[in-house]
Amino acid sequence: MINYLWGIFIIIGVIFGLLKGNNNVANSLLTSGSKGIEMILSLVPLMCLWLGTMKIASASGLLEIISKKLSKVVRIIFPEIPEGDPSIGYISSNIVMNMLGLGNAATPFGLKAMSELKRLNNNSDVSSRSMITFLVLNTASVTIIPTTVISLRILNGSTSPTEIVLVTIITTFLSTFLALLLDRLFYFIWRKKYD
Amino acid sequence: MINYIIPLIVVTIIIYGIYKKVDIFDTFIDGVKEGMKLSINLFPTIFAMIIAITLITDSNIINYICNLLKPLFSKISFPTEVLPLALLRPISGSSSLVILNDILAKYGPDSFIGRLSSVIQGSTDTTIYIISMYFASIGIKKTRYSLTVGLLADLLSVIISFIMVNIFFR
Repeated sequence: MINYLWGIFIIIGVIFGLLKGNNNVANSLLTSGSKGIEMILSLVPLMCLWLGTMKIASASGLLEIISKKLSKVVRIIFPEIPEGDPSIGYISSNIVMNMLGLGNAATPFGLKAMSELKRLNNNSDVSSRSMITFLVLNTASVTIIPTTVISLRILNGSTSPTEIVLVTIITTFLSTFLALLLDRLFYFIWRKKYD
Repeated sequence: MINYIIPLIVVTIIIYGIYKKVDIFDTFIDGVKEGMKLSINLFPTIFAMIIAITLITDSNIINYICNLLKPLFSKISFPTEVLPLALLRPISGSSSLVILNDILAKYGPDSFIGRLSSVIQGSTDTTIYIISMYFASIGIKKTRYSLTVGLLADLLSVIISFIMVNIFFR
C-alpha cells in the first residue's frame, strides 16, 4: 500500500504542481533530498544516545525488570507478546516518551521495539498483529503534554496557552482507545478473509 | 520538568549498570554502533518519503481538495479553515506545524478555530511517515491493514477533537 501511496504522491505532486500552484516543481524535486539528510542527521545522535543507554539497561538486567513489571498491562494491548519479553521494555519506553511529548526520543525506542517484534514474528517480512497495534498506538499519539502546540500558542499571544491541554488529553485517550478497538476489529476481519 | 526527566533516566541506567558490574563504556559503544547501523538503514526510506511528501505539499493539491470538501463540512459547521491542517497532519509533521502557526496567527489562538487546530495537532501524529519509516526499518514488505487503521484512527481523532472542543469551549 505504501508502494502505491509513494507513487501516487510523486505523480500527483508533479502533474498537479506543473498545472497549478507550484511554479517550481523541479526545485521541490531537487532540494527535498537535503531535507531528508537534515532529518537523518538530527536522528543519528538520538539513536546513538538511546540505543547506547538502553544497551546498558539491557546488560544490567534493568530492562528485564521493567519488562516483567509492565508485562501485565502491556499484554492487555498486545496479547501475542510472551510474558516478560524484552520488547515490552522498548514498547513502554516508547509510549512514555510519546506521552511526555518527546517524539524525537520516542523514535529510537519505537524502532528497536519493531525489530524485537520482528524477532517474535520469526523474522518474516509480513507485518505481525503486534506490529500493527504498536504502530496504531504511535500514530494515535497518546500525549500528556503537547509541548510544541503550547509553545506555538505562546508565540501567537494566547492569553491561556495551556487551556487546550485537558481537552487534548481527553481527546487523545478517547481516540487512542477507539483506534485500538478499530485495530482489533480489523485484525479479526482480516484473519477471517485472508488467513 | 523535561529538563530533569531525561538526564535522570540516563543517570539511573548508568548507576544501575555500575551496581550490576556491567562494562558500561563498552556496552554503550555497542549500542551506539547499533544506533548508527539503524540510522543508516533508515536513510533511504526517509529520503524517498521526504521527496514524495515535499512534492505533494508544494503542489497545492491539499488546498484544492479542501475547496472541494468545503460545502460538505460547512453543513456540519466544521470550520473549513482547519481542513488543510487535518488533511496534512498525517502526511507531514513540519508542514502541519507551519499551517497551525498560520491559523493561530490569522484567527488567534483563543478562537474556536485556534483551539480546534491546537487540539487536532496535539492529538494526532504523522501516520503515513511513521508507518513507512517503522516498517522499512525492519524490512517489512506486506503491511496488511496497518495504513487503513492508522488513517481511520486519524479521522476519528479529528471528529473527537471537534466534539470535545465544542463541549468544552462553546
